[in-house]
Amino acid sequence: MQPALNPESTDTDYVFLSRWAVRDYNIRRGDVISLSSPKDPNQKIIKRVVALQGDVVSTMGYKNKYLKVPEGHCWVEGDHTGHTLDSNTFGPVSLGLINAKAVCIVWPPARWQKLEAKLPESRKPLSIAM
Amino acid sequence: MTILKVLGKTCGFFGYVIQYACVTHCTFEYIGDFVMCSGPSMEPTLESNNILLTEHLTPRLQRLRRGDIVIAKSPSNPKQNICKRITGLPGDKVKGHFPKRSQVVPRGHVWLEGDNSGNSSDSRLYGPVPQGLIRSRVVCRVWPLNKISSLTEY
Repeated sequence: MQPALNPESTDTDYVFLSRWAVRDYNIRRGDVISLSSPKDPNQKIIKRVVALQGDVVSTMGYKNKYLKVPEGHCWVEGDHTGHTLDSNTFGPVSLGLINAKAVCIVWPPARWQKLEAKLPESRKPLSIAM
Repeated sequence: MTILKVLGKTCGFFGYVIQYACVTHCTFEYIGDFVMCSGPSMEPTLESNNILLTEHLTPRLQRLRRGDIVIAKSPSNPKQNICKRITGLPGDKVKGHFPKRSQVVPRGHVWLEGDNSGNSSDSRLYGPVPQGLIRSRVVCRVWPLNKISSLTEY
């Protein structure tokens, strides 16, 4: 998730995860969420939501070049393109795997900040479902 | 004085309520709970409105086996739960339905099918299901009383 989290790989950031924010599974594009990995249920991963159900995304290295995110799924990507294991590897993830939403960085104190929902212009979905 | 006494007693009472609520929550969240299932997809093993006793330890410890009946979150609607039988573990070869060809269940996924294969939307429709969606494993049926039976295969 560099550079939003762990900008230098030596010191790790601690984030506050809010389970309450995802109780109804209403996440927005750009949110940083934690979910259990579809490949290994014991592993938790933290990614940014790129597209929600019904959106069309242009993928980077997935088996289809363009993909419509199926119902009840979302498309997640890490910020550090090329060094991340995300939906471009394992495809769209089911909303049920989402644990929590990362709200702010709490440690180290110098990095204390809210995590904004932002998405680079190049990674915006091609078409946005209503 | 009496007001203080009443206040103290009330606080103590609420303390107990909170304690019991915490214990109940942890039991239902981590050890086991009761689930009422509806729908035709698991007939004839389960019928609508049966109440099942389920346990949460096996999925957490990854000891699921082929043939276990599990409760999982539906991949297409996380607010809905589904009750299906595991017919394939990672690495198994299974037969899909709509693209009618066999495929291998990927790592970290399972293949779920209902027993009533003609009337069940399951992995043949939406593909392998991530293990992270599985909530619990069904142990036995507790309601109706005349049909109490174990539903594990070992």
